[in-house]
Amino acid sequence: MAAAVAAATVPVSVIGGGTSGAAGRGTALSTAGLSGVRLHEPGALTLVAGAGTPLAEVEARLAREGQRLAFEPMDHRGLLGTEGAPTLGGVMAGNVSGPRRVAAGAARDFALGLRFVDGTGRVVANGGRVMKNVTGYDLVRLLCGSRGRLGVITEVALKVLPAPETQGMLVLEGLDVERAVAAMAAALGSPYEVTGAAHDPEQGRTWLRIEGFAAQVDYRLERLAAALADFGPAEVVRDADAVAGVWAGVRDVAAFHGAPGAVWRVHCRPSAAPALVARAGAEAALLDWGGGLIWLRVAEGADLRARLGAFDGHATRVRGTGPEPAAPPEAPGVAALTEGLRRRFDPRGIFDTEG
Amino acid sequence: MDMPAPDPAILGRKAELVARLAEFLPERAVIHDPAETRAYECDALTAYSCPPLAVVLPGSTEEVSRVLALCHAMGVPVVPRGAGTSLAGGALPTADSVILGVARMTEVLETSLEDRMIRVQTGRTNLSVTGAVEEEGFFYAPDPSSQLACAIAGNIAMNSGGAHCLKYGVTTNNLLGATVVLMDGTVVELGGAHMDAGGLDLLGLVCGSEGQLGVVTEATLRILPKPEGARPVLMGFSSSEVAGACVADIIRAGVLPVAIEFMDRPCIEATEAFAQAGYPDCEALLIVEVEGVEAEIDHQLGLITQIARRHDPVEVREAADEDEAARIWKGRKSAFGAMGQMGDYICLDGTIPVSELPGVLGRIGDLSAEFGLRVANVFHAGDGNMHPLILFDANAPGQLETAEALGAEILKACVAAGGCLTGEHGVGVEKRDLMDHQFAPADLAAQMEVKDVFDPAWLLNPAKVFPLAASEARRGARLAAE
Repeated sequence: MAAAVAAATVPVSVIGGGTSGAAGRGTALSTAGLSGVRLHEPGALTLVAGAGTPLAEVEARLAREGQRLAFEPMDHRGLLGTEGAPTLGGVMAGNVSGPRRVAAGAARDFALGLRFVDGTGRVVANGGRVMKNVTGYDLVRLLCGSRGRLGVITEVALKVLPAPETQGMLVLEGLDVERAVAAMAAALGSPYEVTGAAHDPEQGRTWLRIEGFAAQVDYRLERLAAALADFGPAEVVRDADAVAGVWAGVRDVAAFHGAPGAVWRVHCRPSAAPALVARAGAEAALLDWGGGLIWLRVAEGADLRARLGAFDGHATRVRGTGPEPAAPPEAPGVAALTEGLRRRFDPRGIFDTEG
Repeated sequence: MDMPAPDPAILGRKAELVARLAEFLPERAVIHDPAETRAYECDALTAYSCPPLAVVLPGSTEEVSRVLALCHAMGVPVVPRGAGTSLAGGALPTADSVILGVARMTEVLETSLEDRMIRVQTGRTNLSVTGAVEEEGFFYAPDPSSQLACAIAGNIAMNSGGAHCLKYGVTTNNLLGATVVLMDGTVVELGGAHMDAGGLDLLGLVCGSEGQLGVVTEATLRILPKPEGARPVLMGFSSSEVAGACVADIIRAGVLPVAIEFMDRPCIEATEAFAQAGYPDCEALLIVEVEGVEAEIDHQLGLITQIARRHDPVEVREAADEDEAARIWKGRKSAFGAMGQMGDYICLDGTIPVSELPGVLGRIGDLSAEFGLRVANVFHAGDGNMHPLILFDANAPGQLETAEALGAEILKACVAAGGCLTGEHGVGVEKRDLMDHQFAPADLAAQMEVKDVFDPAWLLNPAKVFPLAASEARRGARLAAE
């Protein structure tokens, strides 16, 4: 990989599984050759794998030991109409997380270390494979979510966690967005360790997930339902497969699959979500992370950022077209630092940045 | 400890610097009398000290910006300081530097329980962040041992951890946003009250950069609902190796305790003599704590003790009530005090893969015998973050140097086992010259290039983190440019 980058004379686009639709305009540079789990120590909660390793392979390997990736990475294929198989490198480069992000943390929170090749072909290692490590600057976080702009991630060391024995959920019916966000805030502010809080305005349904040992899940669902009595009666779902199905749908924004229009992803303070949803005038919306993440489906070409106005957070267009750039604008001071880092790590501008 | 020679040109401009600082800072916020600057000559790594040129205690982000812009214009190095509790010399001054302390900036700026966040000025202490929200049933999770005294500014600079990070993560996992002032005075806002800032993760980059990329003046922190209850179990074992194996088995079983603490015989004996916690007579003990309501705790402790019994424990002691729980924690919490009673000590902070615990503990024992100094071990076993304490007599000529040499060998052993030099204390000056053992030249160069971008003149927190030889050319470029 280092030789390939060093030898590149035209812009390249780093491709994992190609499922995020991030393929830029440059010559494709695939990580497929960097595939394979190199270490899995269940007793140390650690897994090390090449960036090109299919996510499914990692998850299957972990499942055999009763473990999982706690950040629940989403699968973009249904939403974006892409093919291929998500890879570990793609997940980390995009900091791709799912519903459990609100409780467990994002992909970047589970990266213990990584190796990458920068734009000069230099191989850099940062972090390690231990749980606590403050030795030197944290380039691990910098590379996670950098979408291939600073370097090609070639290997990742991850913290993995035990998979719970079972899961259950509460379903609240008929809440409007404001009441739903309030219910989710109450749930996430309770001591019952809610690991998913999502709301679909179309269905008028709010889902709250609890995971753990069977007796623990029963107890917590009961207590949580009592704590949320003000929001109406809650249906308790204890069929783990049914629960898993709902959350896979939230994770992958299944409600938008096959529907036309541009799709935006908005990160905000949960309490701001009702107002933002109202301002967006979207054709469809889905709230995750207790309202901290809003998926919006709007007409192609809609000027969503103008509709939302200023708020604590950012909006990214993940599908479709429009008059504005897909990525959120940066404040001048931040943009200068970003540009400075790009010049240092990719002085020749070899990494295509439109993806 | 080598530090760069102070720049005589800067020393000669002290009066001018002080006068210009006084133009926009209140009188009490500029300290320049040598009798008073001496209070800032070191942090908690007291083996090294050096009075700074001056100390400023700004009261706002704007004042911090003006201080940094002035120092930048005059080419004066700046050493940011939180509460001065660094065990790595992270806030050690140089004679030609200005200490920038955030101690006057302690306000809570906003609390939102529905967004589960609090925004504070970073001079606020770690424990008082929790103090601001605990009545509502919330807490701030990272809990370094110094949490009563240490400031959020220093927590962010060092990416501090604590006893409970196996479940809750360290500072970087609980930091949502920050106001950062760059060395040239530019103020940038990173992140906010939302999760996952857009663009590059500059917030994650600044966290743990030891005050070398910018001064964090305000921070938005994630707060969490307090668990319903917690209870520890104490388990004694016939050897450190067996205790280490038990840790790995517990983690593997799918139970995720909030804390797994380890103590070996030297540490158990010292704390028994000091605190009389009634610990069993054994080679190693574990304290494992789980959270939840009574039924959940019973269930999880049941699983844990079942695993422990497979390792022939000398004793398994469950806490039946609050009193017994407090007694189990009493020895662990007084461990550092107990070691302090026995004499001087150096506290190390290497992290290793949990599976390597038995081997590394054995290696530490061998090194201890070889160097002729006692080493006691007390640490967070669940995440492999070791704290070997090297006991020595600071008044005996040469013992500090011997203890430091032993410490360096132990940290090299941690790196050789697949671990790292520091898990939560930071590099500072203490481990600066060991960085070559963990990182290849290209790895260090990549980090130093980040410094070049944020602080091209290398004025912020000089002579820390990177081996002086490795950073010399970059620091030299600054001097040449002047």
